[in-house]
Amino acid sequence: MKDNLAVLKRLMRYIAPHKGYVALAAVSAVMSVAATLAAPVFIGDAIDHIIEKGLVEFDTVAVFMILLGVTIAVGAIFQWTLSLATNKLAFIAVNEMRKELFGHISRLPLSYIDSHPHGDLITRMGNDIEQISNGILQGFSQLLTGAFTIVGTLGIMFAIHWAVALVVVVITPLSFFVATFIAKHSNSMFRKQSNAQGKLGGYSEEMLEGQRIVAAFGYEDEAQKKFEEIDSVLYKYGVKSQFYSSLSNPCTRFVNNLVYAAVGIVGALIAVLEGSMSPGVLSTFLIYANQYTKPFNEITGVITELQTAVACARRVFTVLDEPEESSDDLLPEIGECLGTVEFDNVSFGYSPDRILLQNINVRADKGKRIAIVGPTGCGKTTMINLIMRYYDVTSGEIRVSGKPVKEVKRDSLREQFGMVLQDTWLFEGTVRDNIAYGRRDATEEEIVAAAKSANADGFISKLADGYDTVITESGGNLSQGQRQLLCIARIMLTRPPMLILDEATSNIDTRTEMKIQRAFAEMMKGRTSFIIAHRLSTIRDADLILVMRDGNIVEQGTHDSLLAAGGFYSELYESQFRKV
Amino acid sequence: MRKLSGYLKNYKLNLTLGPLAKLTEAVFELIVPLVMSDIIDNGIDGDGGVEYILSHGAIMVALGVLGLCCALTCQYLAAKCSQGFGTELRNDLFRHINSLSFKELDRFGTPSIVNRLSADVNQLQYMVAMLIRLVIRAPFLVIGAAVMAMTINLKLSLVFIAATPLIAVVLYFIMSRSVPRYKTVQKKLDVVSLVTRENLSGVRVVRAFAEQEYEKDRFDKAADDLTKNAVVVGRISALLNPATFVIINAAILAILWFGGGLVYEGEMTQGEVFAFVNYMTQISLALVVLAQLVVTITKALASASRVKELLETQPSVTDEGNEYVQADDNAPAVVFDNVSFGYNDGKYTLKGLSVAIPKGASVGVIGGTGSGKSTLVNLLGRFYDVSEGSVSLFGTDVRKYPLKQLRSLVAYVPQNTMLFAGTVRSNLQMGGRNADDETLWRCLETAQAAQFVREKPDGLDSEVVQGGRNFSGGQRQRLAVARALAAGPSILVLDDSSSALDFATDYAMRKAINETKGDATLFIVSQRATSIKDCDVVIVLDEGSVEGIGKHDELLKTCDVYREIYYSQTDGGTKE
Repeated sequence: MKDNLAVLKRLMRYIAPHKGYVALAAVSAVMSVAATLAAPVFIGDAIDHIIEKGLVEFDTVAVFMILLGVTIAVGAIFQWTLSLATNKLAFIAVNEMRKELFGHISRLPLSYIDSHPHGDLITRMGNDIEQISNGILQGFSQLLTGAFTIVGTLGIMFAIHWAVALVVVVITPLSFFVATFIAKHSNSMFRKQSNAQGKLGGYSEEMLEGQRIVAAFGYEDEAQKKFEEIDSVLYKYGVKSQFYSSLSNPCTRFVNNLVYAAVGIVGALIAVLEGSMSPGVLSTFLIYANQYTKPFNEITGVITELQTAVACARRVFTVLDEPEESSDDLLPEIGECLGTVEFDNVSFGYSPDRILLQNINVRADKGKRIAIVGPTGCGKTTMINLIMRYYDVTSGEIRVSGKPVKEVKRDSLREQFGMVLQDTWLFEGTVRDNIAYGRRDATEEEIVAAAKSANADGFISKLADGYDTVITESGGNLSQGQRQLLCIARIMLTRPPMLILDEATSNIDTRTEMKIQRAFAEMMKGRTSFIIAHRLSTIRDADLILVMRDGNIVEQGTHDSLLAAGGFYSELYESQFRKV
Repeated sequence: MRKLSGYLKNYKLNLTLGPLAKLTEAVFELIVPLVMSDIIDNGIDGDGGVEYILSHGAIMVALGVLGLCCALTCQYLAAKCSQGFGTELRNDLFRHINSLSFKELDRFGTPSIVNRLSADVNQLQYMVAMLIRLVIRAPFLVIGAAVMAMTINLKLSLVFIAATPLIAVVLYFIMSRSVPRYKTVQKKLDVVSLVTRENLSGVRVVRAFAEQEYEKDRFDKAADDLTKNAVVVGRISALLNPATFVIINAAILAILWFGGGLVYEGEMTQGEVFAFVNYMTQISLALVVLAQLVVTITKALASASRVKELLETQPSVTDEGNEYVQADDNAPAVVFDNVSFGYNDGKYTLKGLSVAIPKGASVGVIGGTGSGKSTLVNLLGRFYDVSEGSVSLFGTDVRKYPLKQLRSLVAYVPQNTMLFAGTVRSNLQMGGRNADDETLWRCLETAQAAQFVREKPDGLDSEVVQGGRNFSGGQRQRLAVARALAAGPSILVLDDSSSALDFATDYAMRKAINETKGDATLFIVSQRATSIKDCDVVIVLDEGSVEGIGKHDELLKTCDVYREIYYSQTDGGTKE
């Protein structure tokens, strides 16, 4: 609970700067509730002066009607400003929170981003922040008005007739009891239902993704059985959660009816036996009694919303509290590129207790081609992560152009390298924008030239809109290989001083690869390059081949010297040609 | 196909009794103000006295209790009916999906199908419930209140007749303007998620190009756009409450004024004016519900058409009327007879393939991406039907086989290795349904997967998470090979299934498969020349056309494409 308060307080920090809107919302809530409550008083007063045939005091009725008219106008205006103010408040506040969260994510170390499911972070950015905005919206509008309405109604009822008001107060706990009962049951059932729903969705997605396997192994009947099993669970909880949640309206109506009947009976009895109650006053009272239970329901609803919002806010704040990468504002730029990369006794592990790379010493001279080979999981890509300073070494030092990477601005370090990875990355936008990602000021000629040298111009011109074709998120309109060619074109355009190719051509068929290799070879001239590949034919010409196994460099040398040595490399190489 | 309404046919009782119960409650609700007005007129103003008040008070309480019982009955019937409807619909949809061939499934795409199966069915379910709960109640309350008002006083009820459509128009005006904008807001939210996702998946590229600032601008623009749209929607919906508040209270003003006049002339009583005011409030509440109902139905109709589209899609591959096929022992394992295949009319991904593969042979299929390699092997299990020509297994056209029998003959290891949530055992048993541990281990051995499975503490019972993500790419491929082996197929297809394996493991696996396969026929699809060069038959494809069929040595001499591929990969490997 105390924890919740802390989260709420922190949430308030996003709202606090907009004091104008907060004040407007509060004033509007008070005024609109006051107007809503005052209206029945004037209606009752007016009815009291419409007594019977020949006995209607039109002048007095007119006065009350004018009062009622003014009240209506005031009420309507403040209801409107309340909505406007809370809307604005909620959306402005979460907009700032969103931007802050994104800015924060873009400064988080890669270790965080790599080790957390992206879907989860996206949910925080999307759904969670939406929930927070809902919470703020409802909290301000409904909670404020609900509370004011209850207090106001009670106040007025006591002012009109304390004895009848007491009757209402006695019945009040029933409203609370009913509302909480329903909320508790329907919430727990909703959770179970959405679990089952999630399971069902997950299962059908899995089966659809694996449809080829399902069909190939004739697994349809088993899949159907499993599906129906999950579906029957969903049915069970679906019926319950729907039933419980649908209780709320009839039950409120019932409590309302009880209050209404009790007030009616007691009020009428008092009118007859004691005379301290007029029919007009009674009808006023009845109108209040009618609207008295509604806010209880609303408040229970809002509290659930608020709890959700607080839980969501906590998830957002957890990310915001993650430490960012150390600041490099004060560090110098890396300066002129000398084209050297040195690993000086480097050790590294993704978690401190599991060291992956051990005492690596490598020196890459200007213009040399360095190939890294070895089985999956041996630490090849980790080397790249360290050069680019996506991760920091556990011990030892890496120097690029003679400068320790920890002592220069990250951006200036990274801009020295052009990188093509196995996992292609394109964003939703045109082919042109994707190629020009690293150099948005590039001219059309430069873009086409880059595409040509990456062997991508051919297929791009065959696309419906050529360079203006929009690449969809799933990239369904391009093959893996074509996506890769665009990523290569991107590098061809920026022409950075050094290159990193991490399985850059593994998704491209060998004939196209040959052509690209030529383009790469052209580009690598005079540039220091790091190449990771499992097709050994692509690295034969490297100046230095590092053979890795289990985080160690077990051999290094040229292709010929390694073959001659007859070690692990020659074993890997020979296995390509063995007869079955 | 059953029409969607067919799924309701088991719920006739729910569909009639539910609304009836709700109607009863509504009737009671309308009677209560009348009873109250009687109490005022006869109990207080008249000479009914305490007894009258108490007896009529008791009637009010009784009406409340009965009303609650009716309402609960209705809610229960609605819950049962709508959820039952949805469950049956989902089960049928899933069965239907499984009967569709890849052609249809590819057209819809997985996310769209899952959406139809969940979100759209939910929407329909919700509509069924709302219909039972509200379709009679809400209009009844509106009309009922109006009728009651008319019976009290026809002249004064003109106020009702004027106010009701006015409220309806305002509600419609505001909702019809805000609901579509909510969709826009949702789309803008999707953009925000998209930019976030792109920045997470492309974090290395973004940082390599030092483009964080640019991305931040892009995100801020998307977020501002979202906020702008949300504020606009908010501004429109903000009108809803004040507008209805004004109309209702204006109507009450009119009731008071004209009612006052009528009372003065003796045409109405004080209590009746009061009842009028009450009915006005009731009508406004019912109208809001009615407006929501209209929105619900509109949404559900869109869902219904999406669900129907899926349900009405006919599978292009069916085995209706096919009977169990007796294998012809003398026929070749596979015969492609002048086979062409195109996904869309006009463009072929495979053209004019004719080849006969003897039993027990190994077949290599090689070519660049998009050359038609996967198409060729997909035709074996009849995942698509040929456009021209025919494919026969063991002497019988694949279109004559029952699909179950056909697919038990052919086992696949697909390009994108797909494991399912469960255990290693449950995955392997998808292939060999009743295979014992000994068989499973043997398959794992052959697939070079035994070692890493054995190293897991739970062995065959080790957990596999969805998609097999707790295994490396290479391990997944080997498990998929083991799964296919466990099926004990007559034809085994390895569709580029060793791309994540290093050469040494790939070699060991192919060797083991060859040693243990017996007279099974083997298809190996690969981009690596080294993986297929020892096959009995190599088929070389290029953009759908057959460039060469033969043994490695012949092809090196006669087939340009093959030579090019082979030397590009081995680059001096000729010196072997």
